[in-house]
Amino acid sequence: MSHRLTSIYVPRDAAALSVGADAVAAAIRAEASRRGLPLRVVRNGSRGMLWLEPLVEVATDAGRVAYGAVTPADVPSLFDAGFLTGGPHPLGQGLTEEIPFFKKQERLTFARCGVIDPLSVEDYRAHGGFRGLENALAMTPAEIVATVTESGLRGRGGAGFPTGVKWNTVLNAEADEKFVCCNADEGDSGTFADRMMIEGDPFCLIEGMTIAALAVGATAGYVYMRSEYPHATETLRHAIRLAYDEGWLGENIHGTDRIFHLEARVGAGAYICGEETAMLESLEGKRGMVRAKPPLPALQGLFGKPTVVNNVLSLCAVPIILDRGADYYRDFGVGRSRGTLPFQLAGNIRQGGIVEKAFGVTLHELLYEYGGGTISGRPIRAVQVGGPLGAYLPPAQFDLRKDYEAFAAQGAMLGHGGIVVFDDTVNMARQARFAMEFCAIESCGKCTPCRIGSTRGVEVIDKIIAGQDVDDNLALLDDLCEVMLDGSLCAMGGMTPFPVRSAIKHFGEDFRPTTASPSATGIRAGDAP
Amino acid sequence: MSIVAEHARQRGALLPILHALQETFGCIDDAAIPLLAGALNLSRADVHGVVSFYHDFRRTRPGRHVVKMCRAEACQAMGADALLDHARRSLTVDAHGTTADGAFSLEPVFCLGNCALSPAVMIDGVLHGRVGPERFDALTADLRAQDQAEDAR
Repeated sequence: MSHRLTSIYVPRDAAALSVGADAVAAAIRAEASRRGLPLRVVRNGSRGMLWLEPLVEVATDAGRVAYGAVTPADVPSLFDAGFLTGGPHPLGQGLTEEIPFFKKQERLTFARCGVIDPLSVEDYRAHGGFRGLENALAMTPAEIVATVTESGLRGRGGAGFPTGVKWNTVLNAEADEKFVCCNADEGDSGTFADRMMIEGDPFCLIEGMTIAALAVGATAGYVYMRSEYPHATETLRHAIRLAYDEGWLGENIHGTDRIFHLEARVGAGAYICGEETAMLESLEGKRGMVRAKPPLPALQGLFGKPTVVNNVLSLCAVPIILDRGADYYRDFGVGRSRGTLPFQLAGNIRQGGIVEKAFGVTLHELLYEYGGGTISGRPIRAVQVGGPLGAYLPPAQFDLRKDYEAFAAQGAMLGHGGIVVFDDTVNMARQARFAMEFCAIESCGKCTPCRIGSTRGVEVIDKIIAGQDVDDNLALLDDLCEVMLDGSLCAMGGMTPFPVRSAIKHFGEDFRPTTASPSATGIRAGDAP
Repeated sequence: MSIVAEHARQRGALLPILHALQETFGCIDDAAIPLLAGALNLSRADVHGVVSFYHDFRRTRPGRHVVKMCRAEACQAMGADALLDHARRSLTVDAHGTTADGAFSLEPVFCLGNCALSPAVMIDGVLHGRVGPERFDALTADLRAQDQAEDAR
């Protein structure tokens, strides 16, 4: 035995906490002290194998050994089984990095997530942290922008706009002040990668934003957090304080004369604030109303100044690009979709979590090889890709390669990489109704197609569900979708037709109760009292 | 007013101030609106417009415990609609309402970021995953028991 303390990892990620990670950590500490065994409990982020949470890992000479899903009641038997040296146990998963779900991934952005103590600068540095920033501090702004452009990185928030091009616009804008804003308003159902990164590797975001600031000449930045993510906000604020304390933020970044101030701000439950101009309005302390573009935020953004607005995952991809070089990142992926995307498997899925893969992986691989099918054991009937504004896809399209262009060609969007799985008890007319209802609740109200169209959409779908003039009302609904698509100011109204139209196109039987399939009766698996 | 002073140096301070007020007082009182307007050099309509725009800001105090229940797609796929119906029946409260005894406010929300462990519920800022009807009843029963123990002391 070495004299080093055995390290036990119990995640502090909100998903792990939601199924009892704190109680498990407490039980391990108590059992260890009862047995007089000294050990060190590290509260790491999540490895992203969420069906195994709480996933407890033990550092052994062979590597980290995983046990999951652990409950407090399992803890004594884990000690009895010798888990401190990786002993066998019914919950044993073997070496964490050999678990098939994990092993086949290509983790660039999530490389440190779940591995390190998220609130230790020392641990972050020991795993390659701040090397990208150190390189950037020795480069000119134009060189940093060129590196990001060459990497092929595109915005991970959904639109897929080339990050380097956006930065270049801000760099070339003349102004007395510029900003970097991170859009962490991850409101799409089926997405949790931003939250996991912020909770599992917050310094990566801080480093990415600081590099962005150096690249464009910004001196202040904001992270726009969600009020639904109190745990992530607390973690990020703690990490920002540590970064200031250790000279990675503030007036003299890492001993240079470069300046960057960073603050986390919290939204207030408005989905529309995930739209970049509504987010800027909200950061200015106003109603989250969408702005007309142009002017682009890159030229007139926060407080009217040139502003970089990027998603969490875009900014978190930047440190590795500056560390390992543009070529390294660009070598992953296909066509014009370069690098990796952290896909998120959610909803009715046996093995939900994060799958970071290069672009080009198919939905089929993600859903069956990684996800293992539904948790209900029933066949998958539909998946929604890219959040509430994303299309519903039937199994016939599961061979679609995941890259921006392949999805756009199908009238779908890859979006943020979130995939929500439904089994065959889903009623797609109800899902279409929900898409319109969601838009009616969350519309900012600035433009008419979105504000009024969504309410009319709910009414028309209700008539269709009631079997009233179905053909006429379907034609009316299609016309309404066309108006919303063409006439809305932003993606909220402009993309709500995607889930509606795709539901009608691929699952038309659910909209015609007379020729009903069993699932068109409106009864779902969980509805029985 | 000390809350306003604390945030005075922040730019675009209205949202942070409203969050701090609600944290302290449980809601945004009508009396706060002209005070904030004066302090931030805004019109009362501006402040009212912001308070009423965001779902989070309340004009009346909530129950002792705030139950945020996700009803977005990933949770729908795992029975969130049925869970919300169950919660309404078991707590005898409507969505966005507060129970007659003031113990619980029930707030449907869209996405708590726990989409692989659906259905998700957040009670008083604490996230819970894989919440079926039984687990929901157990969680709320625990809180009632805690409240009763505190009242007895």
